[in-house]
Amino acid sequence: MTDITARQIPDRLQSPVLKAFKSWETLLLAVAIAIFITNSFLSPYFLNAWNLSDATFNFTEKAMIAFAMALLIVAGEIDLSVASIIALASTAMGWALQFDVGVVPLVLIGLGTGLVCGAFNGFLVTGLGLPSIVVTIGTMSLFRGISYIILGDQGFRGYPSEFSYFGQGYVWWVISFEFVLFAVLALLYYMLLHRTNFGRAVYAIGNNPTGALFSGIRVARVKFILFLLTGLMAGVAAICLTARLGSTRPTIALGWELEIVTMVVLGGVNILGGSGTIPGVVIAAFVMGLVTFGLGLLNVPGIVMSIFIGCLLIGVIALPRLWSMWRA
Amino acid sequence: MIRLLKSREALLVAVIIALTALIASRFPAFIAPANLVNVFTDTSPLIILAIGQAIVILTRCIDLSVASNLALTGMVCAMVNVAYPDLPIPVIIGMALMLGAALGAINGILVWKLTIPPIVVTLGTLTIYRGIIFVISDGAWVNAHEMSASFTGFPRAEILGLPVLAWLAILTAATFFVVIARTPLGRSFYAVGGNPNASVYAGINVGRTQFWAFVLSGMLAGLTGYLWVARYSVAYVDIAKGFELEVVAACVIGGIAIAGGAGTVMGAILGAIFLGIIKNALPVVGISPFWQLAISGAAIVIAVAFNARAGRAKGRIILKKAEAQAQGATAS
Amino acid sequence: MSQPALNTTEAQDTPVLRLAGITKTFPGVKALNEVSLELYPGQVTALIGENGAGKSTIVKVLTGIYRADGGTISVDDRQVNFTSAEDATAAGITAIHQETVLFDELSVAENIFIGHAPRGRFGLIDTAAMNARAQGILDRIDAPLTASTPLKDLGIANKHLVAIARALSVDARVVIMDEPTAALSQKEIEELYDLVGRLKAEGRAILFISHKFDEIFRIADRYAVFRDGEHVGAGLMANVTEGDLVQLMVGRSVDQIFPAREAKIGAEVLRIEGFAHPTEFDDISLMLNAGEILGFYGLVGAGRSELMQAIFGITKPSAGTLHIGGEARTIHSPADAIANGIVYVPEDRGKQGAVLGLPIFQNVTLPSLSQTSKRGFLKLANEFALAREYTERLELRAAALDQDVGNLSGGNQQKVVIAKWLATKPRVIILDEPTKGIDIGSKAAVHSFMAELAAEGLAVIMISSELPEILGMSDRVIVMREGLIAAELARDELSAETLVRHAAGIGAPS
Repeated sequence: MTDITARQIPDRLQSPVLKAFKSWETLLLAVAIAIFITNSFLSPYFLNAWNLSDATFNFTEKAMIAFAMALLIVAGEIDLSVASIIALASTAMGWALQFDVGVVPLVLIGLGTGLVCGAFNGFLVTGLGLPSIVVTIGTMSLFRGISYIILGDQGFRGYPSEFSYFGQGYVWWVISFEFVLFAVLALLYYMLLHRTNFGRAVYAIGNNPTGALFSGIRVARVKFILFLLTGLMAGVAAICLTARLGSTRPTIALGWELEIVTMVVLGGVNILGGSGTIPGVVIAAFVMGLVTFGLGLLNVPGIVMSIFIGCLLIGVIALPRLWSMWRA
Repeated sequence: MIRLLKSREALLVAVIIALTALIASRFPAFIAPANLVNVFTDTSPLIILAIGQAIVILTRCIDLSVASNLALTGMVCAMVNVAYPDLPIPVIIGMALMLGAALGAINGILVWKLTIPPIVVTLGTLTIYRGIIFVISDGAWVNAHEMSASFTGFPRAEILGLPVLAWLAILTAATFFVVIARTPLGRSFYAVGGNPNASVYAGINVGRTQFWAFVLSGMLAGLTGYLWVARYSVAYVDIAKGFELEVVAACVIGGIAIAGGAGTVMGAILGAIFLGIIKNALPVVGISPFWQLAISGAAIVIAVAFNARAGRAKGRIILKKAEAQAQGATAS
Repeated sequence: MSQPALNTTEAQDTPVLRLAGITKTFPGVKALNEVSLELYPGQVTALIGENGAGKSTIVKVLTGIYRADGGTISVDDRQVNFTSAEDATAAGITAIHQETVLFDELSVAENIFIGHAPRGRFGLIDTAAMNARAQGILDRIDAPLTASTPLKDLGIANKHLVAIARALSVDARVVIMDEPTAALSQKEIEELYDLVGRLKAEGRAILFISHKFDEIFRIADRYAVFRDGEHVGAGLMANVTEGDLVQLMVGRSVDQIFPAREAKIGAEVLRIEGFAHPTEFDDISLMLNAGEILGFYGLVGAGRSELMQAIFGITKPSAGTLHIGGEARTIHSPADAIANGIVYVPEDRGKQGAVLGLPIFQNVTLPSLSQTSKRGFLKLANEFALAREYTERLELRAAALDQDVGNLSGGNQQKVVIAKWLATKPRVIILDEPTKGIDIGSKAAVHSFMAELAAEGLAVIMISSELPEILGMSDRVIVMREGLIAAELARDELSAETLVRHAAGIGAPS
C-alpha cells in the first residue's frame, strides 16, 4: 500500500488527428463521397453546377434547424415542434403582409415568432420541469394549430420581391444566399458547441444532468437558451422557406421534424444525449441532400426516398451494434 | 394527495361530463342518443390505438409508427379484398392482426435486441411503413367501388344499435382490462416501466416485455387499419397521417406517465373519448374544425403540466413530524 | 497477523450452497477474485467486509443478476448456472436486497408474487389466491399490512417488510439479507432478529450482510470475511473476537490507518443558524472554522446529506441563515455555493459527483471554466495544466488525462471529483461518505489528503457512517438523528459508544 508514487500522466493517449480519423464523421464522409460518385455515374445531369446548387436547397433550411437541434439533443432534450414553429412564423409573416410592412419588419416578425415559440417550449421544459418529448409533441399540434386557425384552407401570398432574396437569391454565381447562410451557421454552431464554455456545459448536461448541476452548471438556464436557439433557427428557416416558396400555407414544412431529427442522429449525435458533433451533422445534411437529389434525378418519388431515409436512420444506429454483437 | 391520484380517472370523467353538459346546454341535439353513438363510433379507432399506445408508454417506450402501421395494414387489406373479393371477413381481420403484430414486432426487436431508443426506431418505421404503402400501391387509391360490400359493410353493421366498430372498441377495452390486470405480462408492463432495475431482480426480462408491448400495439394498429379503410371505404398512402400524435395525446391526457410505469388503460380510453368529444363538438358549436389541432395541442400541454404537478416528489421524509403529517394526509 | 480459526467446519454439516473460485471483473476493477463461500442449513453466516470488499457483487452473482467470469456455484453439490434472477429463484436462493426492488404501482401482494403469481382459469393470475397467500406470509412475519394495498401507500419500513415477505414467498433454502437493518428502527430490528431465528429453525441457510458488529455477534453462527474482492477468512463466530474480525477486514490494526495530525483551528468560516426544511431537517445551527475537520455522524437516512445539499444550494431551506466569513449570504444554486467557496463531494459519485462520459481533464475543469477560458472560449492547454496540477497532487492513477472518468476505478473517480473541487480553491469542502466503495489504498490517500487540506486552512465537513473514520479524522463531531442535531461532541468526548448511542437515540448508560 506504500508504493503509490506520483507519476506524470500524459494529456492524451492518441493524437486528436488519429482520433478524428477513426470517428463516425470520417465514416460518414466516406459514405457521402461514395454517394456522390455513384450519383455522378448514374445520372448525366448530376455533375452540373446549377443542378448541384439546386440540390443544396434540399437540406439547407433543415440543416439550419438541425444545428440547434443537435445541441439540444446533445443536452438530452428534443424539440419536435420545429416544423410547426416554421408554420407559425411563416403565418405570422404572411399575416403582417396586410399592413404593407417592409422586408426588415417581416424578418423580425419571423425571428421573433421563432424566439417566442422557443421560449414557450423552454419555459415548459425548464420552468415547469416537463419532459421535452411530450411537451413538444403538444406544442407541435398547438403551433401548427394556430396556423390553421388563422389560415384555414387559405394561404398568404404576395411577399415583397426583395423578400424573395432570402430563398431565391444568389450571392455569387451558383452560390445561393441560403447556402452561404448554412455555411456561416455551421461555423457559428461549430464554435459554440466545440470551442466555448457553453458548449462544454451542453456536453456535461447531456452526459449527466445531475452531475452537471452539482458541478455548478446552471442546467435550466443552458437548456432554456438551447430551446430559444432552436426556436430562433426555426424562425430563420421559416424566412428562407417562405421566401423560396413565395407563399404560406398551414401545411408548410409538414413532417420536417422527423427529417431534422434523422439528420441529427445520422450525423452521429446520440439520441440519448451526451455526444455528437456539428461536423457530423453537416456531413449528414450533405448525405441526405445528395441522396434526395440523386434519387430525384432517377425519377424516384419523394415518398420512396423517405423509406431510404428511415432505413438510414435505423441502420446507422443498428449496424454498429450488430457489428459489435457479431464480433462478441 | 394519493386520493387525488387515484381519482385521476374520476376527474377525467367529471371533465368529460361537464364538457358534454356545457355543449348540451346550448346544443341539446349533441346528446341525442344517435349522436352520442356517432361520437363514440367515430372515436373508436382512437380508443383502440390509445390502448395499445398506453401499454407501450407504460414500459417507458413510445410507438410513433402506429398511424403508418394502420395505413399500411389497411392498404394491404384493401388490396387483398380487391384481388380476392370472396375472402371472408374473419380471414381479413386475422390477416390485419397478424400483419400489424408483425410490423410491431419489427419495432420491438429493434428496441429489445439492438437496444435502439424507441423514439428513433419508431420515427424510422413511421416513414418506412408509409413509404412501403406507396411502393405496393404505386400511389394509387383503392376506392369504394373496388371493395366488396361485406368488406366495407362489416364495421358499420349494427348490433343492438351500436356499429361493429364501436363493439370492437369495447371488446378491445374489455380484453385489455383482463390482460393488464390478470396476466403476468400485463403486470410486468407496470414493473418494467416503474422500476426496470427491480424488474431484473424479480426475474423479468425488460427488453422482452417491451417487445410484447410493441407487438400488442402493432396488432391493435393493424386491426384499426382494416376498420379504418373499410369504414371510410378508401385506402391511399396518406390515410391517418399524423394520427400517432393524437394517440399519444389521448394517453397523455388520460394520465399515462410518459416516464413509464404509471397510468391505466381506462385513463387512455377516457383521454381518447375527451378528444373525440371535442372533435365532434366543434362543428356542432360552430367553431371551425381548423381549431381542432390547436385545441388538442393545448390539451396535451395542459395535461402534461397537470400530471407533473400531481407526481412531483416532495423530498425525502425524515422528520418525525413530517412523517406524522404525511400519514395523517394519507389516512384522511 | 494471527489467522483466527480458519476452516473449522464441523463434520456433521454439509453446506447447502458452495461457491468456489468465483471471479467477476468490471472495467477498471476486479470486484471478486477467486472467492469461495459456503452456507450451511439452519445457520446464519455473516458476510463481513468494508465497503467495496465485494459483498454486494457476490449477492448479485448469487441471485443471477451478474454472471461470474469464472468459478462454480453448487447447490447440494450439484453445479448450477444462473443466467437470470429466475434461475436463482428456481434453485432456491432468494434475497432481500439493499435497494428497494419493489414496484410502486403494484399492490403489496403483486409485489410479493411478481414473477411467480398463482394462476387460475385460462392461465390468468388468481388474484384472490394471491392475496390470501400474501396475507398469510405477511401475518407470519407479523407485518401489519393488507395484501391488496397499493405499495405506493406504504412507508419505508413497511416496504421493507414487503421485501422480506417477497423473499419468503418462494420456498427458499438460502435466504440472503443484504444489510437488512440499515433503515430500520430498534423495534423493527428486534422483529427482524426474531424472523431470522424462525428461518434458522426451519433449516434455511442465511447469508447475513452487516456492518454492525453487535448484531453479527448476536445472530450469526459463522462468518466469512472479504477484503478487496478476496476471501480472507471464514469460521465459527464462537472462535473469534471483534478485534480478530476487524483485523481480517482491514488487514492491519485500525489505528494505523489514519494520519496523525495536530489541528490548527483558525477563524470562523461558515455559520448556519436555524436551517429548516419541511420534511428533511429542522433547527440546524452549526459553526465551522478554518483548518477544522467537522465530522457528521448518524445512521443512513438521518438527514445529513440532505442538510449538506441545502447548504450547497441543491434544495432550498424553508428557514435559516447562512454566513460565510461572518457575512450573511443566500445560496440559490450550486453555482452560487461555488462562487462563495463552498464545494460538495457527493456520496453518489456516478450520478452526482463525476460526469462519467467526459474525460478526466474536462471533469476537473468543469466548475473552473471561467478561470481556464478566455472570453467564453475554451483554452485546452490551460485546462490540461489545471487538471494535471490537481490530479497529480491527489496521486491519480490514469492512462491519460483525456481518458473518460467512467473507465477509472471508484477510488480514482473520487480523486477526480476532489481534484475538481480543489481547483476552484474553496474555503469549505463538504465530503459526503468520501471513502465509500473505494479500495483501501485510495482510502488512505483520501484521508491523508483531507488532513493536508485542513492543515492548509481549509474548513472540512466530513459525513461518514463509518465509526473508525469519524473517530480517526474529526476534530469535532455533530451527530444527526431523524433530521435533527442529536449531539455535538468535542474531540476529547468522542468514543464509539457515545456516537452510536446518540445516533440511535439511546440514552447514556446509567
